[in-house]
Formats: sequence, structure tokens, C-alpha cells
Amino acid sequence: MIPLDPAYLVGTGGALGALCRTYVGRHVEGETYPLGTLAVNVLGSFVLGLVTFAGAGEEIVLLLGTGACGSFTTFSSFSFETVRLVEQGESAAAAANGAVNLVGSLAAIGVAWLAVRIVLG
Amino acid sequence: MHDTRLLRTIEAATLIGIGGFAGSNLRYLVARVIPGPGGTLAVNVVGSFVLGFVLYEAIYAGVLAERTRVVVATGFLSSLTTYSTFALQTTLLAEPVWMVANVLVTYCLGFAGVLAGRSLARRVDGGTGE
Repeated sequence: MIPLDPAYLVGTGGALGALCRTYVGRHVEGETYPLGTLAVNVLGSFVLGLVTFAGAGEEIVLLLGTGACGSFTTFSSFSFETVRLVEQGESAAAAANGAVNLVGSLAAIGVAWLAVRIVLG
Repeated sequence: MHDTRLLRTIEAATLIGIGGFAGSNLRYLVARVIPGPGGTLAVNVVGSFVLGFVLYEAIYAGVLAERTRVVVATGFLSSLTTYSTFALQTTLLAEPVWMVANVLVTYCLGFAGVLAGRSLARRVDGGTGE
């Protein structure tokens, strides 16, 4: 196999991750609550956990982990949407958004760890 | 009519893809220079600041073109910043106190970044918006 430059692997994964995030963002919409960002952050954390704990090779980690999962999930949209909720007087929803993104993503990583242990022994 | 919509979709997808390619590579570069949670913190705070500026600029002044916002905000900045790596690195920290510290520092500086971007957008607008 031709050794690929990390920039192409990360960038290709990053482009795909950004497109998938946009697709999820358009199809998962809460009335006031930013559900799309929550969905990509939890799902992306789960897949990154799988890739990391399964001991994937360096090229897979760059393509799927750093590139695709890193770009699929987003911190900037999360923080913008949280600040926006506070501005709109929805402080409780903003606090819930911060907590649910964190707990959901950490739990997803825990589930990924368990799944890898069960499958690989 | 249908052809125009298809073309617009392909155009938007191409711009998002290019932004994602560049954003993820810049994040990767920062991670090589500053490994671990420090590099992730840096991209998340800087990305939140610039996204705050771009999106509030759109709300207040609306000078930036829609196309620019798609490639910069949806493509580049959202790919530059990451929640999954932040969450994974938090779980891999040795001490619980460092885990809590990483979450608090990332959240506080991320929100502060958005607010700083907002005040910059207000200044650019010249105080006429909202």
C-alpha cells in the first residue's frame, strides 16, 4: 500500500465528518434545544472511543479518529448555542445542555470501552 | 428549478468539505505542536471565539456573505474544534481533579471565547444592531 501523507488522511476524514455533521444538523432539530449538536457529539465520542480502544492502526486513527470524529463533533457550535440559550433567558436549558453533552459523551466513551472489551476479550 | 437546487446543494457540500479538510488539518497541526489536552483547549477556545464573531456578525450586521459563513462556520471552525477528543482526553487523565479542571477550564474559556467574539462583532457593527 502507498503510504499516505497524514494531511490527506486527516483532511479526507475531516471533510466527510463535516458533511455528516451538517447532514445530522439539518435532520435532527429541536424546537429550541440544540439536539443536532448533542447527537453528533455523543455519536462521535462513541466512534472515537471504539477506534482508540480497539487499538486501530495509525492510518485508521488519523482518518477516522482525528479526521472524521474530530470534525463530526464540534465544540464551537456547542459553546455558541449554549451562550445563545442564556441570552434568550433559557439559563436552565443552557446548564442542561452543558451537562448532557458532557455526561452523554463520557458515557458513550465508556460504552465504547465496554463494547471493545466484550468483543476483543 | 430542480437543477439549480441540486447545483446549490453540491456547491454547499463542496464548501463544507473544503472547510472540513482545512479545519481538521489545522487541529492536527496544533495537536502535533501542543500534544494532549492543551492543544485541544487551544483549538476549542480560538474556534469558539471566531465562530462567536462570525455568527454574531451575521445577527448584528450581516455583512459577510452566506457562502462565507458556510465555509468558515459550518466547514472550517466546527471541524477545527472538537468535542470527542476533548471528552476522550478528559477520561484518560490520571487524576479526577485534573478531569474536573479540564472540563471547567474548557467550558469557561469556550463560553468566554464566544462572548469575546460577540463584543468584537458589536464593535464592528458600530452599535447599530440589536
